[in-house]
Amino acid sequence: MTRALILLRRRLVGSIFVLLIVVIGSFLLLEAAPGDAVDAYIVSTGGDAGMIELLRHRWGLDQSELTRLANYLWALLHLDLGQSVTFSRPIREIILERLPTTLILMGSATALSFGLGSALGIYAGARPGSFRDRLLSIGSLALYAVPGFWLGLVLIVVFAVDLRWLPIGGIETIASGKTGLARAADIATHLVLPVSALGFIYLALYLRMMRAGMAEAWRQDFVLAARARGLPRRRIVLAHVARNALLPLVTMLGLQSAQMLGGSVVIESVFAVPGLGRLAQEAVAGRDTLLLLGIILVSAVLVIGINLLVDLAYAFLDPRVGASEAGV
Amino acid sequence: MRQLRRFFRTPETVAGAAILVLLVAMALAAPLLFPRDPQAIAGPALLPPFQDWSLPLGTDRLGRDVLAELFHGARTSLAVGLAAAAAALLIGAAVGTLAGFAGGVIDEVLMRVTDAFQTVPSFLLALAFVSIVGPSLGVVVAAIALGAWTGPARVARAEVLSICERDYVAGARVIGMHPLEIAFREVLPNALPPVLALSSVIVAAAILTEAALSFLGLGDPNRVTWGDMIAEGRAVLRTAPYLSIFPGIALVLTVLGVYLAGEGVVESTAVRRSLS
Repeated sequence: MTRALILLRRRLVGSIFVLLIVVIGSFLLLEAAPGDAVDAYIVSTGGDAGMIELLRHRWGLDQSELTRLANYLWALLHLDLGQSVTFSRPIREIILERLPTTLILMGSATALSFGLGSALGIYAGARPGSFRDRLLSIGSLALYAVPGFWLGLVLIVVFAVDLRWLPIGGIETIASGKTGLARAADIATHLVLPVSALGFIYLALYLRMMRAGMAEAWRQDFVLAARARGLPRRRIVLAHVARNALLPLVTMLGLQSAQMLGGSVVIESVFAVPGLGRLAQEAVAGRDTLLLLGIILVSAVLVIGINLLVDLAYAFLDPRVGASEAGV
Repeated sequence: MRQLRRFFRTPETVAGAAILVLLVAMALAAPLLFPRDPQAIAGPALLPPFQDWSLPLGTDRLGRDVLAELFHGARTSLAVGLAAAAAALLIGAAVGTLAGFAGGVIDEVLMRVTDAFQTVPSFLLALAFVSIVGPSLGVVVAAIALGAWTGPARVARAEVLSICERDYVAGARVIGMHPLEIAFREVLPNALPPVLALSSVIVAAAILTEAALSFLGLGDPNRVTWGDMIAEGRAVLRTAPYLSIFPGIALVLTVLGVYLAGEGVVESTAVRRSLS
């Protein structure tokens, strides 16, 4: 277990620097935005020049840039993301409200793309160069070329408008009064289309990676040895070839999380799913820069957290990782 | 010649190249075939496709010619995709070379900045950038490049690190070349091939990002974009789904063409290198 702890400590130190850069970057973006928080506030509430002066002073916006950066950092350290102009509520509250929906959407889409992608990748990589391999390669490339939001619209046209099998959008039936399991089932049916739209795009990535890794593994000596021992083909494919190709996919899982979060912005807009991505679009529409930056910061923390978990999983799966630092 | 033949060996790359040639032809011919403003009204609103042969693909909600919009949209998609990818490759190669060649604190700082850019979802960054600076073609290009330079930077750095060990770099040091001159005239050109191998993926991603941005209404309002056309068609998705379907198919074919042709280029040059 010390191995994992050492790895965790090293990554945490690196993450703090990365997070600091993200915070400074978002502060610079905030400074570049036309107008400040007071302007935005006055637009929504109204007030005279004296009021503007007073608010600027009270919110510390009349101080030097370095002081403002220090104030910004100090507030963030207290997990204070500021006040949203469009919602007139603390940003932290709004984001925490929207976060679970996005996490469910992302988690399900990741499970779909990883599970189905690696399974199809094993199917293709079991016989590299065969007809089914070429077919799956081309098919996955075509799928990877599809814009997620357009796939979402096509799914809506087919399954919600024409066939009427699934709801057109939203996260649950409004004012249905459902509770417990019935409500969970309701949410699940609402999530089928958005999860498919998000998951199918990234499925190709795992499929192709799995297939490439397996094509590589077939040329290794241990596979030749396994064949020479007369192991059944099925066992060679699953226990020797696929198993060795699976590890890089786990790393991809972490790297892909940022992409997935970005993709969910458009998907949530298409399906009117009230998550973090849709919130980002609402922030853009309402010119709510502070809220937008809050979403970016939370996303960065989320991505760092997911990558930490993936690193730990990797260390658990591959005993060579971090072994040198732990001195074993 | 032999390389060209090798490039056209598989039907996939032939298809990819054909799509790209067609696309470039569309983009170039757009102002000749459709000299009128594509955003101007051309006929009755919501004319279905294949009915009136002066408007073959019909019209949208405002009576604009869908085929003209498709042609002009190809211009925007290609221009933004190529410009953003070029910018991302340029920034990435420069940052990667600097980090790998300088080493020490500079390397550490540049790589942490690269980490930070990879931690923030690139689409969210582009969204924030465009919404703060304001939508125009140049800003959209910059916003996309901002999230795409990290991959090339990492590849360039790794390549530079291995090239720095070579004898000719030591030779350049001995004859007293300035370190920056060594970095950008001796090392960078030799580190480029694996960086350029990323270009098809980056162009494809840039085209998709541009489409998504304009779908959310953050594209240049003075230009026709496929993403914007899809968003426009969304309002009449039940009655006229073809308005969203056509530009979507154009997008899929474009990105697929870029991928297929890119794979062909990488494979044909990789074979050549392993032979020599």
